[in-house]
Amino acid sequence: MGAGIVNLTDTTFDEEIKASDEPVLVDFWAEWCGPCKMIAPTLEEISKDFAGRLKVAKLNVDDAQNTARRFEVMSIPTLILFKDGEVRLRIVGAKGKGQLIQEIDPFL
Amino acid sequence: MSDVEEVVIIGSGPAGLTAAIYTARANLRPLVIEGETIGTDQPGGQLMLTTEVENFPGFIDGIMGPELMGNMRAQAERFGARFVTRRVESVDLSSSPKRVVTDGGDHVLTRAVIIATGAKALMLGLDNERRLLGYGVSTCATCDGFFFRDRHIVVIGGGDSALEEANFLTKFGETVTVVHRRKELRASKIMQDRAFANPKISFVWNAVVTDVVGDTKVEGVALRDTLTGESTTLPAAAVFVAIGHTPSSELFAGQLDLDANGYVLTGEGTATNISGVFACGDVVDHVYRQAVTAAGMGCMAAIDAERWLEATAHA
Repeated sequence: MGAGIVNLTDTTFDEEIKASDEPVLVDFWAEWCGPCKMIAPTLEEISKDFAGRLKVAKLNVDDAQNTARRFEVMSIPTLILFKDGEVRLRIVGAKGKGQLIQEIDPFL
Repeated sequence: MSDVEEVVIIGSGPAGLTAAIYTARANLRPLVIEGETIGTDQPGGQLMLTTEVENFPGFIDGIMGPELMGNMRAQAERFGARFVTRRVESVDLSSSPKRVVTDGGDHVLTRAVIIATGAKALMLGLDNERRLLGYGVSTCATCDGFFFRDRHIVVIGGGDSALEEANFLTKFGETVTVVHRRKELRASKIMQDRAFANPKISFVWNAVVTDVVGDTKVEGVALRDTLTGESTTLPAAAVFVAIGHTPSSELFAGQLDLDANGYVLTGEGTATNISGVFACGDVVDHVYRQAVTAAGMGCMAAIDAERWLEATAHA
């Protein structure tokens, strides 16, 4: 796998999370969310920097409403880190790269 | 000489970007420190958190806030404005040249400074409000309203932004209840008319929020009637706080004259108490607080800075 960011949908979500050998950081976002757009480049960088250790995925909450509801996402951006298929960490709101890495790193 | 800037602009809302357009067109090559994309800074300013802007002149059908700000930034860039996407850590306005230190320790030296740091949303200041931020507590209807489809929503406040949020939230919520601590709204007539005409919006008057209730997510707000003292709980899945703004002037405390509420005081035009330091937009203005007035003040600050730079060039 390269450093590409995967787009998840309601139908592919469970499969992708389960199939991943690495922890998956899912970015719950939407087109109309300013702060989501602002952190997008940071997530791309993280996806490159941590290639092989972490998979970064995006989930559009407009398109995948069931999944967003299932994880009780109430504010975006919300980042949820899944490891072995389970929720390990939840980050609500836009944060800087350094702070994100600091929070994610212990789970990698 | 080349390592001292002519003018540094701190902030990138309508005031900062208009100042950038004007100073760039005056060949001053402004350096705009637009703020960090994350955290408390909000590059592009408060309009980045809005949807449709209907009252900015020139846009017959309105324009989306983020798009308007994107345009202003591109316009400034076209004339040579340069942007640094960092937060400002500290400033030394008394030295000559003046010094602006950005996050990461870079020191920028400059002759003139234009301050356009704007204002940010006020919170109620309750522990549970902070704890449940992002779990039903929000200051941004356009960001979070979507998640409360068919739920009961509370909006706190009585100004234009509160009613604008309430109107917007009726797209999603089953009901929207506006809680206001007085009996009259501060909002403009047009916003009041819209809210009163909207069947999904109801009002709770003379009530202050004493707590946000909920374990892992918001379940309601505790209210106290300011007249009777009676306490009630209003069930809700979401609480949107729109009780006003506070100027982002912490960086300048002790250097610039501020009023009791933290707004930067200006004398003639946009001049502050320090020569060569100008201020514009919501960090100065607690009266009008519009995108277009901020832009107007940004233009004034640019012209004031340009004249000051000319007058002091050979001093």
